[in-house]
Amino acid sequence: MNLTAIKAIYNAEMKRFWSTIGQSIVSPVISTSLYFVVFGSAIGSRIDQVEGIDYGTFIVPGMMMFALLTQSVSNASFGIFFQKFTGTMYEILSAPVSSTEILLGFVGAAASKSFIIGSIILITSNFFVDLHIQHPIIMLTFFILTCLSFSLLGFIIGLWADNFEKLQIVPLLIITPLVFLGGSFYSINMLPEIWQSISLFNPVLYLVSGFRWSFFGVSDVNITLSLIFIGLFLSTCVGIVWWMFRTGYKLRS
Amino acid sequence: MSAIIQIQNVSKTYNNGHQALHSINLDIKKGEILSLLGPNGAGKTTLISIICGLVNKSSGSILIDNFDNTTHYRQAREKIGLVPQELHLGMFDKVWNTLRYSRGLFGKKADDAYLDQLLKDLSLHDKKNEEMRNLSGGMKRRVLIAKALAHQPEILFLDEPTAGVDVELRKDMWQIVDKLRQSGVTIILTTHYIEEAEAIADRVGVINQGKIILLDETKAIMKRLGKKHMHLELQTPLSQLPDTLKALNFEMSEDGASLYYHFKNQKEYANIPKLLKAVTDCDILINELHTSKSSLEDIFVNLVTNEK
Repeated sequence: MNLTAIKAIYNAEMKRFWSTIGQSIVSPVISTSLYFVVFGSAIGSRIDQVEGIDYGTFIVPGMMMFALLTQSVSNASFGIFFQKFTGTMYEILSAPVSSTEILLGFVGAAASKSFIIGSIILITSNFFVDLHIQHPIIMLTFFILTCLSFSLLGFIIGLWADNFEKLQIVPLLIITPLVFLGGSFYSINMLPEIWQSISLFNPVLYLVSGFRWSFFGVSDVNITLSLIFIGLFLSTCVGIVWWMFRTGYKLRS
Repeated sequence: MSAIIQIQNVSKTYNNGHQALHSINLDIKKGEILSLLGPNGAGKTTLISIICGLVNKSSGSILIDNFDNTTHYRQAREKIGLVPQELHLGMFDKVWNTLRYSRGLFGKKADDAYLDQLLKDLSLHDKKNEEMRNLSGGMKRRVLIAKALAHQPEILFLDEPTAGVDVELRKDMWQIVDKLRQSGVTIILTTHYIEEAEAIADRVGVINQGKIILLDETKAIMKRLGKKHMHLELQTPLSQLPDTLKALNFEMSEDGASLYYHFKNQKEYANIPKLLKAVTDCDILINELHTSKSSLEDIFVNLVTNEK
């Protein structure tokens, strides 16, 4: 294992994050505060409690999941796409680095950034609501697995995309709508029956629901189903990336 | 000298059906400078890219210091440094950081003293903390060379290192290449500038339409294929070429003011006095005599044209 190479890729990717550290921290703090103002205060004042939990508190896991999904995908996809776009990818491809090592460097960095952002949101939320995490280990498992699996998805998108439009299309047209419709800011029990059934086809619902369960012990779907889903999703992404590297898809002609 | 790179029957057909390389066989000797010449699309960059691991070959094998570049890619690749044709650099990266990154990618532990010396050798030391976007084109090319050398490779590939570089900088590059050769690095360069190959390469390989059509020592090529010509400017133009000179294969210019003779081989050079006597025997007065030798460029153009 070329650990020095993994470290080199990881550090280079993280450098971008640290070089804009102010923006990296301030941005999630502001957006979290805004969510609390809009959803927590404006809407929350009309919704007393959801599943026995204060609305402001109820939305914290969904809000975190929203940030984790979008940040993981955009960080990882941009990282690898930027190397392809600028042509600097030649250096990695000509170096004695295996596919796994490339993956660990890029995905590790993207997942780390998301983890840091998620943690900032969690800390900021504590200033607005009183949070008690009922199942901290499960919460941390979901937290890490989500960062990793969606960073893998982002990596796949970054490899697949050959222009900026393609790079944006999945996060904007698929991830964001799925997150909003996946019960991030509500319980699906609040929806009409038909929409509840439709929502069960939304994979993000299982993530949000499982994550929320780890906080409050309440969920829209069974926690085991949620864990199975995130496990399956992670395996699928690993499989796709393995195939991409094996065939040299969009990397080696 | 033993071969540090052995290329055997390497072919490449791209997905669109274009066959870029046809069963290439080539041994590159340790410590030599090999120049690959060829027109655009000849397959030079494809060959380099396959050796360095950027492109997958369709068939054949490549050994780098006896390590197969596919099955033992780690051992093979750590011996190679690549300077690409385009200025592929992160515009916001600092020179020093990008060198440390390159060294790390190749699994080498940080060695600031070596990198510092490298920057000095490439006249980049004062640009150490500059961002790439603030450097001139020539400086960026030097950074690319520094990056390729950051892990102390034994083999250096330079893909058109002097493309778009001014004459002064080109000469600088030649000096850098010469210094590297002296330190024992094997250098393979592709170039459009034939004078470059003639000036610095030990051997020249000409690639055309995916095949190596010529491979030999530069001096040997010049000796074997470089033709010498004699040009006589006459005091009085001739109305027609005398039969004796015609028999000796002299040619006359359209205006009759010049005579030309093309030597077939080196042995014929000894005949110059005899040829000149034949001219003066015809009562032709010579104003000036010039001799010239075809350049590598003439040889290259001839070869490529003949291939077509």
